[in-house]
Amino acid sequence: MAPVIGVVQFPGSNCELDVVEAIEGLGGNGRVLWRRPPISGVDGIVLPGGFAHGDYLRPGAIARFSAVMESVIAFAADGGPVLGICNGFQVLTEAGLLPGALQKNHGLKFRCSQAHIRVETINSAATGTAGVGDVLEIPINHFEGNYTCSPETLDELRANDQIVFRYVDNPNGSTDDIAGVCNAQRNVVGLMPHPERACHPLLGSVDGRSVLGSMLAWTSRGTSALAAPTSASTVR
Amino acid sequence: MVSGISGYGNSVGVPTVGGETVFDETYLGNPLVNVFALGVLPVERLVLGRATGAGNLAVLLGSTTGRDGIGGVSVLASAGFGDEGTEATKRPSVQVGDPFEEKRLIEACLELLDRNLAVGVQDLGGAGITCATSETAAKGGAGMDVYVSEIPAREPGMEPFELMISESQERMLAIVEPEHLDAVLEIARRWEIRASVVGTVTGTGRLRILERRGGEVLADVPAKSLEEDAPLYDRPRAEPTDLAERRSASANALPAPTDAAADLAELLADTSWVSSQYDHQLFLNTVEGPGGDATVLRLKHPTTGADTGRGLALSCDGNHHWCAIDPRVGGAATVAESVMNLATVGARPVAMVNCLNFGNPEHPEVMWQLSEAVDGLADACRALSIPVVGGNVSLYNESRGTDIDPTPIITVLGVVDELTRRPPGVRLVEGGRLIMLGETVRELSGSMWARRRGHRRGTLPAVDIDAVARVAGVLRQLVNDGLVLGAHDVSTGGLGAAVAEMAIGSGVGARIARVDDHVDLFSESAGRAVVCVAVDQVREVLDVCEAAGVPATKLGAAMDDRLVVKDLIDVALSDLTRIWRDRLPTQLGGGTTQG
Repeated sequence: MAPVIGVVQFPGSNCELDVVEAIEGLGGNGRVLWRRPPISGVDGIVLPGGFAHGDYLRPGAIARFSAVMESVIAFAADGGPVLGICNGFQVLTEAGLLPGALQKNHGLKFRCSQAHIRVETINSAATGTAGVGDVLEIPINHFEGNYTCSPETLDELRANDQIVFRYVDNPNGSTDDIAGVCNAQRNVVGLMPHPERACHPLLGSVDGRSVLGSMLAWTSRGTSALAAPTSASTVR
Repeated sequence: MVSGISGYGNSVGVPTVGGETVFDETYLGNPLVNVFALGVLPVERLVLGRATGAGNLAVLLGSTTGRDGIGGVSVLASAGFGDEGTEATKRPSVQVGDPFEEKRLIEACLELLDRNLAVGVQDLGGAGITCATSETAAKGGAGMDVYVSEIPAREPGMEPFELMISESQERMLAIVEPEHLDAVLEIARRWEIRASVVGTVTGTGRLRILERRGGEVLADVPAKSLEEDAPLYDRPRAEPTDLAERRSASANALPAPTDAAADLAELLADTSWVSSQYDHQLFLNTVEGPGGDATVLRLKHPTTGADTGRGLALSCDGNHHWCAIDPRVGGAATVAESVMNLATVGARPVAMVNCLNFGNPEHPEVMWQLSEAVDGLADACRALSIPVVGGNVSLYNESRGTDIDPTPIITVLGVVDELTRRPPGVRLVEGGRLIMLGETVRELSGSMWARRRGHRRGTLPAVDIDAVARVAGVLRQLVNDGLVLGAHDVSTGGLGAAVAEMAIGSGVGARIARVDDHVDLFSESAGRAVVCVAVDQVREVLDVCEAAGVPATKLGAAMDDRLVVKDLIDVALSDLTRIWRDRLPTQLGGGTTQG
């Protein structure tokens, strides 16, 4: 049976159908989840790009209080794979599922362009089928993509191998060129680039298949394969 | 402006997939933003802006109605800026947008159309509720009663006339059968938008504005009076009195450049400073985005999402330099440019829309420009069998007594019948041969090169539409048969800019000849393109051209890291690239886009 990936639609999300299309192109079963809980019957969850709740206040600041996030947090605590793309990454940091924060780009401009990111670890829900050092061409599309965290968190991320992707040519001022990180349990991953936009040859790159394909592959592991899942609250 | 488009467009979830950016002092007091929006829908789901069926309900969806945008079309659009006394009262009436509200409104409207719950829908634009209710009623051959008390007001104390003509954004009027009202309200609740029954369709043919249901009648007019029976103007037209004198002053008489490379460099500008601030990839359709000759989108089935194997192409063009000299020929040349742009991506034109941006039509010369431009566009479209399916008009673009240059902006929609690979793009491939399709008319009047020298007179090079059609047809065939490695139309900046942009786009230099002088280099005559062809396919390409009666000139080869035009230009490609890339970021004060 094809793994079922639930793609959460907040009001203001806009990449949910794109993610479903890409997931289905990879043989998965994509399903848009309205933001009302409960979430059930899914093997993985994607928080897609867009402007959840209008990005009012700041990106993710309101979406984190959405009722659906309790289900997402519980799903993640059970070891289920959760991928936050762009705005979804912002929501995950606001919800405390991932460390750090995303502030406005260096240069204070929205930026939509191709980006090259390097896979830094294959021990995550988004890179299991990749190779360390692989360079992926995947578009970015954000205003608030400048990854920021405290020096202590950065040390921890490095020590725990939680930096999943780094930009080859930092487009937004991110600390340590970070394009994506995972939690300590490695099942929750957030990244700013949009892998779903790089899954079709006519769109110029198919490197995004590595990211989404890894997530699909991860769903078949079951929770027992996970490294000591605890509660999400251990993540700063 | 860029922030406005970026901030709203990106968050409302509509990719900005192409466009054109033009800077000129003519727009200093009247900047123009023209938007073309393309949607795809299953024909069976088409719902028109018609109110039919007496007893049906007019439901206002979306935002509250405020004092913003009052008199937008009537005040803003009918007097120039800079008139003493009116300035202060006009500028604040521009609306403040809320893309998040619009996003939810769009989702809700799509859902109610998907579920067949509306007999008609109409967005609220100029003149707000007045226009939407009278238009839908007139088009449906019906009447309507509107209840002012039911319109959700943004602030207390609003007068009925303010509620009726406010142009507050993010509102839509749906005509709903009473038995579907609950379902419509449920959808509105789900998307957290307002929905209010503000009127009832009647069979009287009259638009009545009532203070409240059963209350005082504030206005009662035939619905058609505001729509079909609107007055028609035929204002005096007069060509400029010095037209003959102007037309005799050819830019060919300007002194030849002392440094053609420097002249060329100043015609080049990378506009990605603008387009990189727009999401141009949402929906996974953008095969060729901003920066090329034409945008190419995958065409997915609107219901199933299945790939149709076809592509849509768009080219958006306008050239006020041409139109200031001759709005008729300039209009035709603009159509020719769009058609050539579409051909570079293998697309055949299927429809055009336009926006006619002109000065104050009460000035007889402006009215003449308008009339000439429309004729020029229409003649070209007729000759090319391109239907003009819609458009918009923006008049009174006048600031401190000066009208803008006549600026018809067009978008031509094309179809790529079999989208199996990405278009060749504006580029060269090392070792490829450069061939120019079409024939250069040796005339610099109207060119960007001449304009940069303060020259805006003369006679535009004539547009031979049949020749344009032949060149475009051959180019389309070459692209679709995979015979070209790179393709670029010749337009602003002439042949010189075309070859330079192909070189910059690929990082491969070029060495060309058969360009006699700066006139050949910078002429912007219509119906030409440069293609880069593999050596072993040159013969085949030339044969195809000959069979179609299209002139083809072998210019030279793509090679090395310099741009060389025999006896005219020899410059390092890296220098040209730097100038091209840095021009906008430097002038706009944002550093480089790499920042």
